[in-house]
Amino acid sequence: MQKHRLEALIPKLVVAPSLLLGFAFIYGFMIWNGVLSVTASRMLPNYEFVGLAQYAKLWEMDRWWVALKNLAIFGIGYVGGAMALGVFLAVLLDQKVRAEGFIRTVYLYPMALSFVVTGTAWKWLLNPSMGIEKLMHDWGWESFTFGWLVDSDMAIYCVVIAGVWQSAGFAMALFLAGLRGIDDSIIKAAQIDGASLPRIYWRIILPALRPVFFSTLMVLSHLAIKSFDLIMALTSGGPGYATDVPATFMYAMSFTRGQIGLGAASATMMLATVAALVVPYLYSELRSKKHEH
Amino acid sequence: MNTDWLSKQSLSRALLYVTLLIGAGFFLAPLYVMVVTSLKDADEIRQHSLVSLPNAINLDAWGLAWEAACTGAQCSGLKPFFWNSIWMTIPAVLISTIWGALNGYVLSLWKFRGSETLFAFLLFGVFMPFQVVLLPMSQVLGWMGLSSSIAGLILVHLLAGLPSTTLFFRNYYAAVPKDLLNAARMDGAGFWMIFLRIIVPMSTPIVMVTLIWQFTQIWNDFLFGVAFSGADSKPITVGLNNLANTTSSVKAYNVDMAAALIAGLPTMLVYVVAGRYFVRGLTAGAVKG
Repeated sequence: MQKHRLEALIPKLVVAPSLLLGFAFIYGFMIWNGVLSVTASRMLPNYEFVGLAQYAKLWEMDRWWVALKNLAIFGIGYVGGAMALGVFLAVLLDQKVRAEGFIRTVYLYPMALSFVVTGTAWKWLLNPSMGIEKLMHDWGWESFTFGWLVDSDMAIYCVVIAGVWQSAGFAMALFLAGLRGIDDSIIKAAQIDGASLPRIYWRIILPALRPVFFSTLMVLSHLAIKSFDLIMALTSGGPGYATDVPATFMYAMSFTRGQIGLGAASATMMLATVAALVVPYLYSELRSKKHEH
Repeated sequence: MNTDWLSKQSLSRALLYVTLLIGAGFFLAPLYVMVVTSLKDADEIRQHSLVSLPNAINLDAWGLAWEAACTGAQCSGLKPFFWNSIWMTIPAVLISTIWGALNGYVLSLWKFRGSETLFAFLLFGVFMPFQVVLLPMSQVLGWMGLSSSIAGLILVHLLAGLPSTTLFFRNYYAAVPKDLLNAARMDGAGFWMIFLRIIVPMSTPIVMVTLIWQFTQIWNDFLFGVAFSGADSKPITVGLNNLANTTSSVKAYNVDMAAALIAGLPTMLVYVVAGRYFVRGLTAGAVKG
């Protein structure tokens, strides 16, 4: 009897330490960060309560608005670009293509690279005097100029290009997996009815991929909100702070500018954005799984 | 009529392959430019085109990137950073995988009251922006005496990776037939016996997925590396970033490219050798629950 009771305890004892540490890391630190965001902390954390003063200051800062605007541009360009290119390539690859495995490998390899590697490579390619611009000059297109990387208004689009390059293959892999899951008989029936292939894709197959669109959107959007490395490596947030995003803003305030309270407030804003996006998604995913059983 | 249809068919096939090849070109071009640039010397880079092949295979830039290029004030190349990353990545990957396996085993096959809820709450950690933990974590690392150390980085990666590794194993073990488990229990096998004799031997695919996923995540991490490392514990991504952003009078693009390739090589190698496990990890990360 004693032994049985011990046996029943083992599973709980096994998960307890890691779950406790995990929850401390996720939720404990979340709360702690929230607390820091309502204090006057500057170089070092202190716990002098200042209410929502840091948030008020945050929303009055030009730099924060620039970061939000950049996140909007980057988010739309990166998520939209990667998904459009991804679904396009997945549909093409789904046409019983020879050497499919090889082509898929080529499309997806950037995802194995660090964003820092990607950023370093694209910084060279997009270099205004040496990269693609010089290539076009060498090829005889003398008037070609491409100075986006050093142009405050355009530099964020360089981040979009590099981001899409890195992640389009990932979206492709998700869509291709979705396409492979679609029942062939529906397509065959439509073909017998005389529907053309583009029409079948547009009217039947892509609508059936809605769940995949949705989960790809979720994954890419939260990556967009968290993106930090790519911007640090490609533009370091510059010129000036023209390509700052919330993640680089948070880092700059917390670790280089000695504004810990502001940094914590910006982190809370990032958390709220991700939570607004992901919590309904996770909730519906877990619920639908439960109903299936 | 019939031949007309055929030629239309073959034309669209040709168009399909051309488009797929253009796509491949888009993804491969940066890698190609990186490789050829890393093999040129500075004069060649200036005089020849971005995409021209090097005159000769010149590994000077690789040598410099490995052990002499300056990263800020220090001029010893990427070598020390590379080893820091190795010593950080190996223990973090191994421990977080074992942790994930145990958690996944309990949360799928030894469910207890509230365990599903615990799992749901843990899942948010997969998506959470880590900016939220940076400030508290740096204070905790300070209290523990682990600031700016590789041990501190290992700890952070263990905690940050726990939700994903638990998710991977939990979803994989959810497919284990309950009858198998009950039969083993009838025979008197306990928690550990079932884990070691039945579950572990059937886990090779998911172990591969998790090892590769964690290796890629931790090797490629920059945020924790830049926030928590000190002079002697910077990982390779931070080393590369410092190297490429060090302002010197003459920018050595060949060295930058060689350095980027050195930093990217380990994960690329893993991807080429075990790509299908990598893809499974990516898709598993997107399909939750």
